[in-house]
Amino acid sequence: MTGRPPAIALAGIDKRFGEVHANKAVDLVVAAGSIHGIVGENGAGKSTLMSILYGFYEADAGEIRVAGRPVNIRAPREAIAAGIGMVHQHFMLVEPLTVLDNVMLGAEGGALLAGGARRLRAELDRLGRDYGLVIDPDAIVGDLPVGLQQRVEILKALVRGADILILDEPTAVLTPEEADALFRLLKILASEGKTVILITHKLREIMAVTDMVSVMRRGEMVATVPTSGTSPSQLAELMVGRRVLLRVDKAPASPGAVRLAAEGMTVRDGQGTPRVDNVSLSLRGGEIVGIAGIAGNGQSELLEALAGMRPLAAGRILVDGTPLAADELDPHKLRGRGLLHVPEDRLRMGLVPPFEACESAILGFQQEDRYGSGVIMDRAGVVADTAKKMEDYDVRPRAPLLKTAKFSGGNQQKLVLAREIERQPRVLLVGQPTRGVDIGAIEFIHRRLVALRDEGVAVLLVSVELEEIMALSDRIVVMCGGRITGERRPQDTDERDLGLLMAGVDERAEAA
Amino acid sequence: MSAAPIELPRWVDLVLVPMLAVVAAFFVAGLVVLAIGENPLQATALLLRGALGSGEGIGFTLYYATNFIFTGLAVAVAYHAGLFNIGGEGQATLGGLGAALVCLNLEGLPGWLLAPLGILASAAFGAAWALIPAYLQAKRGSHIVITTIMFNMLASALIVYLLVNVMGRAGSMAPETRPFPAASHIPFMHVVLQGLGFPVPASPLNLSFVLALAMAVLMWVVIWRTRLGYAIRTVGANPTAAVYAGIPIARITVIAMLISGALAGLVAVNEIMGVQERLLLEFTAGAGFIGIAVALMGRSHPLGIVLASILFGVLYQGGTELAFERPAITRDMIVTISGLVILFAGALDGIFRRPLAQFFARRKGA
Repeated sequence: MTGRPPAIALAGIDKRFGEVHANKAVDLVVAAGSIHGIVGENGAGKSTLMSILYGFYEADAGEIRVAGRPVNIRAPREAIAAGIGMVHQHFMLVEPLTVLDNVMLGAEGGALLAGGARRLRAELDRLGRDYGLVIDPDAIVGDLPVGLQQRVEILKALVRGADILILDEPTAVLTPEEADALFRLLKILASEGKTVILITHKLREIMAVTDMVSVMRRGEMVATVPTSGTSPSQLAELMVGRRVLLRVDKAPASPGAVRLAAEGMTVRDGQGTPRVDNVSLSLRGGEIVGIAGIAGNGQSELLEALAGMRPLAAGRILVDGTPLAADELDPHKLRGRGLLHVPEDRLRMGLVPPFEACESAILGFQQEDRYGSGVIMDRAGVVADTAKKMEDYDVRPRAPLLKTAKFSGGNQQKLVLAREIERQPRVLLVGQPTRGVDIGAIEFIHRRLVALRDEGVAVLLVSVELEEIMALSDRIVVMCGGRITGERRPQDTDERDLGLLMAGVDERAEAA
Repeated sequence: MSAAPIELPRWVDLVLVPMLAVVAAFFVAGLVVLAIGENPLQATALLLRGALGSGEGIGFTLYYATNFIFTGLAVAVAYHAGLFNIGGEGQATLGGLGAALVCLNLEGLPGWLLAPLGILASAAFGAAWALIPAYLQAKRGSHIVITTIMFNMLASALIVYLLVNVMGRAGSMAPETRPFPAASHIPFMHVVLQGLGFPVPASPLNLSFVLALAMAVLMWVVIWRTRLGYAIRTVGANPTAAVYAGIPIARITVIAMLISGALAGLVAVNEIMGVQERLLLEFTAGAGFIGIAVALMGRSHPLGIVLASILFGVLYQGGTELAFERPAITRDMIVTISGLVILFAGALDGIFRRPLAQFFARRKGA
C-alpha cells in the first residue's frame, strides 16, 4: 500500500435510468491492496456503480481511473483487459463441466484446447500455491459445494489477470464456516497486492474483513470511513439516514395449542431424491419457529409442502390436530383454512411480475366473492382494495396500476405481506421475509411478524439469515440435507453452534 | 446485474415496433422483387391499389381479414396461457367438417336455427381437435408445438379421406361435398347493407366479419376482466405463482386450448358457410399460420390483432391483384412477406426494441 496509485478512482460518476437517478456524481477511491466495502440499501446505487465499473452500463458522466490511468470501459471484456474481475452473486458457471473447463471458458487461447489446458493447469497450480486456492481442476463443478464453486469464480477472475476483484454479496449462499474461509482468502489476496471490493448488506462482514467502507444512499456516496473508526450502528444510520433499531424488541412467547404439525414428512423432487427426509415438527399459536439452514437443505421444500404445493412421498400434515386428506393438500383449500404463505421467492412465486400491482395483490384470493361476482372481476373493487393495502403497509409508490416488476424488492415484499397478513391468518408460513429488502423495511416487517405472534398466530419462519432467525424465533429448528439436525432455544445457542448444526454436526449430542 | 429490462412507452410498444417490423419485412421483400427484375415501388403501389383502391377491393380485404382475426385470436388466447398453438390450420379444417356435417345433415331446418348450429359446430369441432394436444400437454407434458403440428397433418389427411371416400359428391371427381342448403348461408355484407339502404359493391365479405369483431371484444373481456382470464394469464406469465395461488394449471391449459381451437374453427363460418357453401380441400389457405404472424404483430391484444389482420388482408387481396398484373410476382411473395413479418416481429423483436429503448432512455434522461 505504499506509493502505488489508487487501484480505482471514480470521479463524478453519474447515471440515470429514465426517471431514476441511480448514481449522483459519485466519487470513490479504492486504495491498491486494500479490501474496500460498499454498503447501502437496495436501490442505493451500489450495483449500478459496480456495473458501470465492469462495463455493463456506460456512465452518463464521470471519469474512471484504474491504477492511475484513465480508462474507458464499455463492455465487460474491456474491464477484464483493465484488470478488473467480478464474482457475481449468482455464479456464472457451467455445472456439468470440470473446473478446468470453466476456468478456460472464454480464455481457450486458440482453436485447439490442449495447449491452453496445459498452460491453465500450471497457472491453477501456481495460484493454489500463492494464495492457498487449492482445488481439483478435474472435478465437475456441479458436484462441488457452493463455497468451492465460488472459489472457481474467483479463479476465473484471477486467471484472466484480475488485480481488482469485485464481489457482489458473496456470502449470501455460504455457511458461516465457508464465509470465514472466504474472508481468510480475501485477506491473503489483499496481502499479496490484489485489491478487493466487497458489496454486501451484512454489516458484520464489513466490520470483520474490510479496511475501508463506503456507504451509499439514494444514489449518493454519503461517507467513506476507515472500518476501524466506525460501528455497525453508525453504518446503519448512514445507510438509512436515520436511527435504526437493529434488535427486535419482543416479550416472551406464550404458545397455545398446536395449529400445524408434520409427522414423518418426506418430500421428493422430480428425480426422486428426498429433499425433506422424515421430518416431524409442530407449530403452536403465538410462537415463531425459525427454520435455519444453508440454502438448499430442504427448507424451501418443507415450506412448500406445508403450504400444499408439493405432494408428500410419506408422512402426513395435521391442521389443528386433524390429518389432511390427500385432496385437502391444496394451496387454495389450505388458504381457506387460514394457512397463509409468504413464499421465499416473491418474484418467482408470490407475484406475477408483468401484472399490474393490483392483480398481483389478489394472487391466491382471485376466487373470493369480494373481488367480483360470477365470472367477471370487480376491477374497481380490486384497485380500491390494493390502494388500501398499500396505504396500510406503506407500499411505495401507491400505484395499484403500476406493473409489479417496477416496484423495488422491499415494496414488492410489503405487497405480499399485506396480501397474506391482512387475511387474518391462523398459521403464517414465511420464507426469507427480508431477502433483498432495505434495513428500514426489515424493521417494519420484523415488527409485523412479532405483532402477529402476539395476536396468537402460529408463525413458521424460514430464513438463511442467522441473525434474523436468532432475533425473531422462539424456537429454532436446524435443517441439513433434508433432515432436522437439532432444535435450540435462541437464548441457549450462538452462531457457532447453529453453524455446526447447519453443517450436520451436533456437538452437544456427540458430547452427551 | 444483468442488462436493464427493455421498457418502452406503450404506444411505441404497441404501434411503432410492429410498424417497423412490417417496414423491414417490406424492405427485404422489396429486395426480392428487385432481384426478379420488377420495380418494388410500383409493386407496392399496385398492391395497395388492389387492396384499398375500390369498394370491391376493400370488401375482399376485410373478407380475408376475418379469417385472420379468428386465427390470430386463437393463437393469442393460447399464448396468454403460455402455449404456442401452431394447430390453427388443422382446427380450422375440422371446423369446416363440423359446419358441413350440420349443414348437410340437418337440411330442412330454418336458417335462423341452422346457421347458428353450423357456427356452434364449427367452434365445437375446432375445440375438439385442440383437446387432444391440450390433454397431452396438460397431463403428459407432450410439447404442444409438436402435437399441434402433427394434428395439422392429421386433419389434412382426414379431410382428404372423408371427401374422397365418404362425403364426396356421387359421380364427381372433385373432392368436395354437395352444396349446402341455402338456409345455412351466412348473408353477404353487400346484401345486408343494401337492405339497410347502403349500396356497396359485391364481395365475399359476409356477416362473419361482425362475428369476428364480436369475438375480439369478447376475448378482451375474457382475458382481462374475468377470473378465468386472470387464471389463464397467471399460468402463462408465471406457472410457479399459479401453483402457489392454487390455480389448476392442467385444467386452465385445457380450457385455454379449447377456446383457442374454437376460435380457429370459426374460420369455417367465413369460408365454408359464408362463401364456398360446400366443404372442399384446403379452404383454410394458410390462415392458421397467418394467425401466428397476426398475433405476434398484434402483441396478443385483440385490438392489435384486428389491425394486424386487416394489414394481412391488404397483403392477401393486394397480392392477388399484384400477381394478376405482374405475373412474375406470384402469390408466394405474400407468403414470403408474412414469413418476414414473423421473423422481424417475433424472432428478431429485439433488433428494434433495444435501440428504441436506448433512444427513449437517453431522451428521457437528457
